[in-house]
Amino acid sequence: MNRPPSRRALLLGATAAAGTAMLGGCDRLGEAEWFRRTLKTGEDANLFVQRLLLTERTLAPEFPEADISPWFKPNGTEDPPDKAYKALARRKFATYHLEIDGLVETPLKLSLAELRKLPSRTQVTRHDCVEGWSAIGKWTGVPLADLLAQARLKPQARYVVFHCADTMDQGDDAGTDADDADAAPSGGNANPAMTRQTGGGEDKRDSGGQQAADAEPATEPVRYYESVDLVDAFHPQTILAYELNGKALPVANGAPLRLRVERNLGYKQAKYVMRIEVVESFANIGEGNGGYWEDQGYAWYAGI
Amino acid sequence: MPRTYLTRTAPDTAEVERRRFMFRHPAVIRVTHWVNALCLLVLLMSGLQIFNAHPALYWGKVSTFDTPLMAMSQTEDDPPKGVTTVLGRTFDTTGLLGSSDGADGEPADRGFPSWLTLPSDQDLTGGRSWHFFFAWAFVLNGALYLLYGLFSGQLRFRVVPQRDQVRHFAASVREHLTLRFPQGDEAKRYNVIQKLTYAVVLFVLLPVQVLAGLAMSPAMDAAFPFLLTLFDGRQSARTVHFVVAALLVLFVVVHVALVVLSGFWNNMRGMLTGWFVIERKVEPAPAADGTGSAP
Repeated sequence: MNRPPSRRALLLGATAAAGTAMLGGCDRLGEAEWFRRTLKTGEDANLFVQRLLLTERTLAPEFPEADISPWFKPNGTEDPPDKAYKALARRKFATYHLEIDGLVETPLKLSLAELRKLPSRTQVTRHDCVEGWSAIGKWTGVPLADLLAQARLKPQARYVVFHCADTMDQGDDAGTDADDADAAPSGGNANPAMTRQTGGGEDKRDSGGQQAADAEPATEPVRYYESVDLVDAFHPQTILAYELNGKALPVANGAPLRLRVERNLGYKQAKYVMRIEVVESFANIGEGNGGYWEDQGYAWYAGI
Repeated sequence: MPRTYLTRTAPDTAEVERRRFMFRHPAVIRVTHWVNALCLLVLLMSGLQIFNAHPALYWGKVSTFDTPLMAMSQTEDDPPKGVTTVLGRTFDTTGLLGSSDGADGEPADRGFPSWLTLPSDQDLTGGRSWHFFFAWAFVLNGALYLLYGLFSGQLRFRVVPQRDQVRHFAASVREHLTLRFPQGDEAKRYNVIQKLTYAVVLFVLLPVQVLAGLAMSPAMDAAFPFLLTLFDGRQSARTVHFVVAALLVLFVVVHVALVVLSGFWNNMRGMLTGWFVIERKVEPAPAADGTGSAP
């Protein structure tokens, strides 16, 4: 080539420096609030366009039973550490009740036996984790639309919130079993698909946990919560499932009752559902973004 | 700076060489080219961030966790090793894939290293935000490019080989293998391999990449179940998305290498200002063709 080497060296050096600066710059940009909001418009566009493309009745693909995954990978909480939940599980959920309240004319309280007597829907669907993996399972449960119809929504109702039994972040007064760290909080690398949380929990108790206990006042434990809007709540495939693959829902997969809101990623499929609250806005739910992972920065709309 | 090409061709006395400027890249092409370059870079790096959340690939509808097509992981050894398994064969990829140093300098359990991912830390939701924003920018920018290219005739100029080019395909292959690039009139148009490559990227790789990305969305699968048929399931779509991303990286590497080899500054000037220099070999008299003129 006919160019003096100094120019090429200069160019290479400049490229490397620009690359390094760009990486650091992108990380800093990603932490700036205005930029974060700008990036989030991409996810707003996802919601807007997908709601245009899907009707309220468009069904998620259903599969033949032959496609059912031999093992339905559980994720997030696999064994709630909460004493109250453990007590329910010991009695095989005979004393469990689902409560439906908030902006409804008739609050409901239903036992598992009562839920099982209601008309049910069975569907073989694919579960897509936000991480990227998928599993197919057969779910049987009560259509959420039936329960909401029975409770009769008030006119202001806009969202349906699911309050769950599993503690995610332990307050100091958590009421959880100290020996059981299965669902203890994990570190900064948390994502809704984390399957191994034990390490994080131990770390917290060994190091930072003790300090925090001295410094902070007693707080309520944060249990899992999620929400859907009325489009997803009344979708024909949205059910509260009590069976997986023809058997009672295992604890690892959300016993006794979990949400199946097909057309959405895994973190919307709340497990260990205890109470359903109908609300007008998320303002008073967690930190106001509509769900546990949403409050950690994940998009509320999880159709993609 | 004196141009050295004059000395290079000096012994060839039969030819008179003149530099002529040709306006090659209209503004829309130039702007969409650089926006596209930025989008592809961000999509690649944020895509690797998303991949790192579950660094394994499968074929079919679901994940067969015991038999991935490809997987990266960190071993329990001290210090830990990074291991990559591809189609049943295992490779030690410590420091690059499976295990590489995190921000704290300690080996971290991560698929791709932090200098290849956006954000650099493990941050799935951050990666998704970047990816979706730049996916929209990529699609809108690409639509503008295609519409403009179609109606301005630029697309035809850039991707459709002319009949004589097809006839001389073998000669073009030889030229590439010996790194001899066309000069004079022949340099005014893209060569046949170049056109076919751009056509494959524009009309095969990029559309497949978008469709495979959409096929991973549970909502899109509800709206357009044919996406699953097309890719043989969601996990296959994810694998295709990964492989096509790798092919696009290969394209960019070759593209940049050829940009450098065939005259870096001339090519850069072309894509920045639109003006491209044709080193013109004129035999008896200059041909009046109207495609290029000195500014």
